Parts: sequence; C-alpha cells; structure tokens
Amino acid sequence: MSDITASGEALPSGKNVRELVHQSLGRRHRQETIFKSMGLVAILVALGFVAILFSIMLTKGLPAFWQANLHTQVYFDPDIIKGGPRPVQEAGQSDADYRQQDLAWQRQVTLSNWNAIVEQTVRDVAPDTDAEKRDILAIITSSARFKLRDMYVEDPSLLGQTVPVTLLASADADNWVKGKLARDLPDERQQLSRSSRDLADQLLADGDITFDFATHIFTNVDSRSAPASAGLAGAFMGSLYMMMVVIVLAVPIGVASAVYLEEFAPKNRWTDLIEVNINNLAAVPSIVFGLLGAAVFINYFGLPRSAPLVGGLVLTLMTLPTIIIATRSSLRAVPPSLRQAALGLGASRNQTVFHHVLPLTFPGILTATIIGVAQALGETAPLLLIGMNAFIANIPASPLDSATALPVQIYLWQANENRHFFEARTSAAIIVLLGLMIVLNAIAIVLRTRLEKRR
Amino acid sequence: MDIVQDKTAETAKSTPAPGTSDPGKRIRVSTRDVSVFYGEKQAMFDVSIDIPDRSVTSFIGPSGCGKSTFLRCINRMNDTIDGCRVSGVVELDGEDINRPDLDVVELRARVGMVFQKPNPFPKTIYQNVAYGPRIHGMTKNKAELDEIVVSSLQRAGLFEEVKDRLDQPGTGLSGGQQQRLCIARAIATRPEVLLMDEPCSALDPIATAIIEELIDELRENFTIVIVTHSMQQAARVSQKTAFFHLGKLIETGDTEQIFTNPKEQKTQDYITGRFG
Repeated sequence: MSDITASGEALPSGKNVRELVHQSLGRRHRQETIFKSMGLVAILVALGFVAILFSIMLTKGLPAFWQANLHTQVYFDPDIIKGGPRPVQEAGQSDADYRQQDLAWQRQVTLSNWNAIVEQTVRDVAPDTDAEKRDILAIITSSARFKLRDMYVEDPSLLGQTVPVTLLASADADNWVKGKLARDLPDERQQLSRSSRDLADQLLADGDITFDFATHIFTNVDSRSAPASAGLAGAFMGSLYMMMVVIVLAVPIGVASAVYLEEFAPKNRWTDLIEVNINNLAAVPSIVFGLLGAAVFINYFGLPRSAPLVGGLVLTLMTLPTIIIATRSSLRAVPPSLRQAALGLGASRNQTVFHHVLPLTFPGILTATIIGVAQALGETAPLLLIGMNAFIANIPASPLDSATALPVQIYLWQANENRHFFEARTSAAIIVLLGLMIVLNAIAIVLRTRLEKRR
Repeated sequence: MDIVQDKTAETAKSTPAPGTSDPGKRIRVSTRDVSVFYGEKQAMFDVSIDIPDRSVTSFIGPSGCGKSTFLRCINRMNDTIDGCRVSGVVELDGEDINRPDLDVVELRARVGMVFQKPNPFPKTIYQNVAYGPRIHGMTKNKAELDEIVVSSLQRAGLFEEVKDRLDQPGTGLSGGQQQRLCIARAIATRPEVLLMDEPCSALDPIATAIIEELIDELRENFTIVIVTHSMQQAARVSQKTAFFHLGKLIETGDTEQIFTNPKEQKTQDYITGRFG
C-alpha cells in the first residue's frame, strides 16, 4: 500500500467543492441537451427522406398495378379461323406423327386473321364508331390476338360460339384513359389517332373499359411489342436463380472461412494479410466484380452470357466478405469460458467449435446471410457487365438460360421510350423489389428472435 | 505451445519435493522444475510439488502469483493460450503429460476442471452432464448414460433440486447451482484428478458452504487441487497447502502446519494478513 501525502491546501475545501460541482453541472446538462436534440434531428431527417421516397414510389407505382381492360364478347368466327377441326390421334398413329400433325394444325390456326376477330370484338361494344381497323387495333394490346388464339387452341369447341372475354388495353390507350396525356395537344403530337382516342373515351364512359388489377405484372415476362402486357416474371426467376446460387455457394464458403480464420488458424502475418484483404474486398466497387465476372467466368471458363449462374457467381464474390465478417464477429462474441468448458472436458477443438460455439452463432450467421442476400438481390451494376441487361422474352428454365434480374429490369424500364407508361411501371417494379427486401428482412428478424429465444 | 524437457522422468522421481513427505498416500501428480512463460515474460519459476491421491491440495497466494497458471499446467489448458510456453516435467501417475505422443483429449478426460465462473453449456441440465461421457464414448446405451447423469448430479448434491427439470437449460439455474452443475459435469467423465480454479469466488457464502462440503465428500474418490483466494477456505477444505508468491512456490506442507507453524517468513506474513 502506498500512503497518501496530505497536501490539502491546494485542493478546494468542502463548500467550494459543492459550488464547483454546481457550476459544472449546468455545462454538462447543456452538452447533454445539445447532443440529444442533434440525434433527434438526425433521425427525423432520415425518417423524412424515407417518407418522401416511399410516398413518391407509392403514388407513382401503385396506379400501374391497375390497368385498363376492355370487357366484351368474342365470336370465334368459323369464316375467319382456319385449320378446320383439331386432328385426333388415330389408332396406330405414332405419338411423334400425331404431334407433328397437331403442330401443323396449330400453325394454320395461328395464320388466321385474328386481328379481324379482335376488331369485330371491339365493334360489338361500340357499333357506331367511325374508327377504322388500325384505329381500333391501336387501343387493344397487340398480344390480344395470341390470347384469343390460345383460348381457341385450348378449346376448339369454341368455334362458332360467342363467349365473354377481357382484352388488355394497349399502353397508349391506358395512358389516354388514365389522363396522363395532355388532351389539348394537336393530333400530330398524339400517340393515338383522334378516332382511337374518341373510341377509348366512349368505351370508358360506357363502362366497357374498367381498371382491373394487373396480375400479368407478376406472371408475364418483359415485352416490347405489347408493352401493356410486360411483367416481371422473367426477371423474378432470374433473381431467384441467382439468389439460390448465392445461398448455396456464399453461405458454406463464407461460414467455413470465418470458422477457420477465427477458431483454427494460427495468428500470424499470413492470417493478418488475409483479414486485411477480406475487409478490403467488402469495399471494392461492385462494378469491378462485374468486370471480373466477365473476364473470368465468361471469357476464361466459357460460361454463357446473361446467365443467372454467372450472375450468381459474381454476386457470391460480392456477398462473401459480408458473410465472413459478420460470422467472425458473432464467433468473437461467444464467451471464451464456453470454449474452456468444452476443452476442459476433453472435447477436441473440432467438437468444441461444432457442438458449442457454432450453434450460438446461428442467429448471427442467419442475419448476415439475409443481409448479404438482400444486398445481392438489389445489385445492378455487375450484372450489366455480364450481359444480364439483355432483353429476354422468356422465363429462364434453368440457371444457364439467358435471363435478367429485378433491379436490371427496373434499369431497363426506366430507359424505355414510352415514358408515360413505363414511368409508373418502373415504380411498380421498385415496389415489388422493395417488398421482397422487406419480406427478407422480416424473415431475418423473426428467425433471429426465434433462435435467440430457444437458448 | 513449446515443451522444453530439460529433465528426464528418472531424475524427477529420484528427488522428492520438499514438504510432501506423507508416506500414507500415493503421489498422483508430481511436477519438477516447471516454469511457464507468456511470450518473453516468465510467470512461474521452477515449481516442484507432489500432490497426493484422494485428498485436497490447495494453492494459496496473492493475486498474480501464478497459482492458476500452475493449475492449468496439470491439464495442459495453457496450450489454448497464445504465446504460452511450459518447461519442466509434469507427471500424472508417473507418466509425463507433455509427452508428444500423449493426446491432450485423453489427458483432459483424466484430469477434470472446474472454472472460476460457472460456465454451463447453454443446453439442458441433462445434456450438460452427459456431454463428457458422450464424446468419450463411455456408455453403450441411453440407460447407462442416464445412470451416469443421475449419479453425477447426486454426487454434486444437485440431483434433488433439479430432478424434475433435467430438460431445462442449465443456464437458468442460480449461480451456486450452476457451479455444482459444472462440478457434476466434470465428475461425469470419472476423472482421476479434479482441478478447481477458485470455484467459489463468484458465489455467496451459503453456496460456498455447500460447495466446500461437496469438495470434502468428493475427496474420497478424487484427487482434488483447488486454487483459492480465501485462506479460511484453504484451511477448511484442504489437507495439503502450497503457498505461491511472485511465480515461485514458497512453501508446501500439511495445511495445519502451514497455518499454525509456517517455516518461511513470507508464508507467515501472508497468512497473518501482513500483505496480499
């Protein structure tokens, strides 16, 4: 013990101390108030921006989920529809033979003048219109004729019958009846002819055109010939394949690297170097990963362009540092006393890690995974460099087929020349993407609290 | 960890350590000239001690004197500390435990340990006790494992309190119960030696009394080494006492003799509270 030297003269005495403390109190309270209010302002500003973002997104995007549809009757005119009755498989006819015959019949059916049927269908509800055929077809989406053909191929007994049908209005007509286009513009600056516009107005006034929920946004792929029917299904599947690749590759590799570095690797210059590099990788701009993907996966390994597999590989590289860093920090948070308990009982290093340490880090790893996946889901730049911004009109059947991704679809739509229609479409796609993100984050929170409760 | 063997087992056996001349008891653990280094810094200096079978040996000394470090030499827990190096000979039943071909897993199954802070696994009470026997493959079937779990909990004096909630998490018990669970967990692997590193320092006096009683019972079957800050505790539970100071073993002998008639001036000063 060191003894305390008594030098009381230099120090303030009892009453003085109380005064000094009282003086300093005012300053301390002021500092606290300033800091608190600054924090509050910061949060309010952040919340304000989020509110602005969401209100713009929702006011612009939500109307796009309801599109103009024409409700009418279609007459499957036997004079127009070619091909005759559908062939029936005869006894003794081989399957391949029959399929060929059936395809020939379908081809004949497709060659029929379906546009004439579409025109007649519209005239049924607006018999006194002065519009010509092309004016009428301009207000119905060009994919309507395929819809009618598919109805007929599905059920050839419709020939000669009249059935109710709902036809999607074209993007131009949708813009017009939603009032997005200035009505006082001269004819030559309008997308639709005067008679088309009048017809659309008449159909809307008569209640034949209504605004229905556009399920095809979720079930259709992108379309340039019939923009009104463009949907997100292809982009969604592309994103889904990529996320599967990311989860399958990034989670095991990331967790294994983190466990090795944290629990097994000796602490020396090499592991320090690796750690620095992992932290640096997390800060590499994503477009650089795209270049790497194009150079390595496509040029060197010869993987197909625009494929979700390549996109998934690139996003895996991007997600790995996130997962490694987060897993390592949750491993570090496991108390050392737990490791000692297991080691003291004679558990090997491996048993200690897998029986006791790793189970405690599951919530952390799960959160890291979902944050990483959500980040990858929203990533656009690297995908542009590996060709995933191509226009793809098919739903990819496998991760090797050409596809696009949700954020890339947003990028493509925002650049579409039909501004009035695709501005809302873009916002709608953003709503879908943000919705997915919110769902992913909600899953992360629910799973984490559930796993933590179980302990 | 590097092991420097500068003395052979033969020379170690031929020179008995001072102060441990009890002809009645077999020597279980014996160390010769054990030094421990943390990096460049030497923490223990040439410690030689014999620990007799089926009795309680306590290590006392002021904070930082190296008694816990020395305890960890006996089950090689110092291996897990980066930059820690042990030299000298530590023998368990005449067998050098730092031998390169000895698996540390096997050693730790024979030398159990109870830590300063209760550290049950965040699993059920049953799983806590069953873990050791399970990983060492000590039981053939569930019935045998159940028996070990029950008997270990009984010996740790915890069974009556937890018999209805073996499937509840061990972390939900009180501090004293947790420490008894850790003792049950340690004795479930039927170790020959049980090391206790200040097992009562985080407990209240009542829980401490229960653990001390338990230690007294356990000594019939185990060789117990206990590190303690409390001289009263050392006097109550141990038969042998070793006094450490600044990394050196100052004096060792029967507890009664150490507390009533110490040979060294430093021991005298410490037990009378003149420093520490």
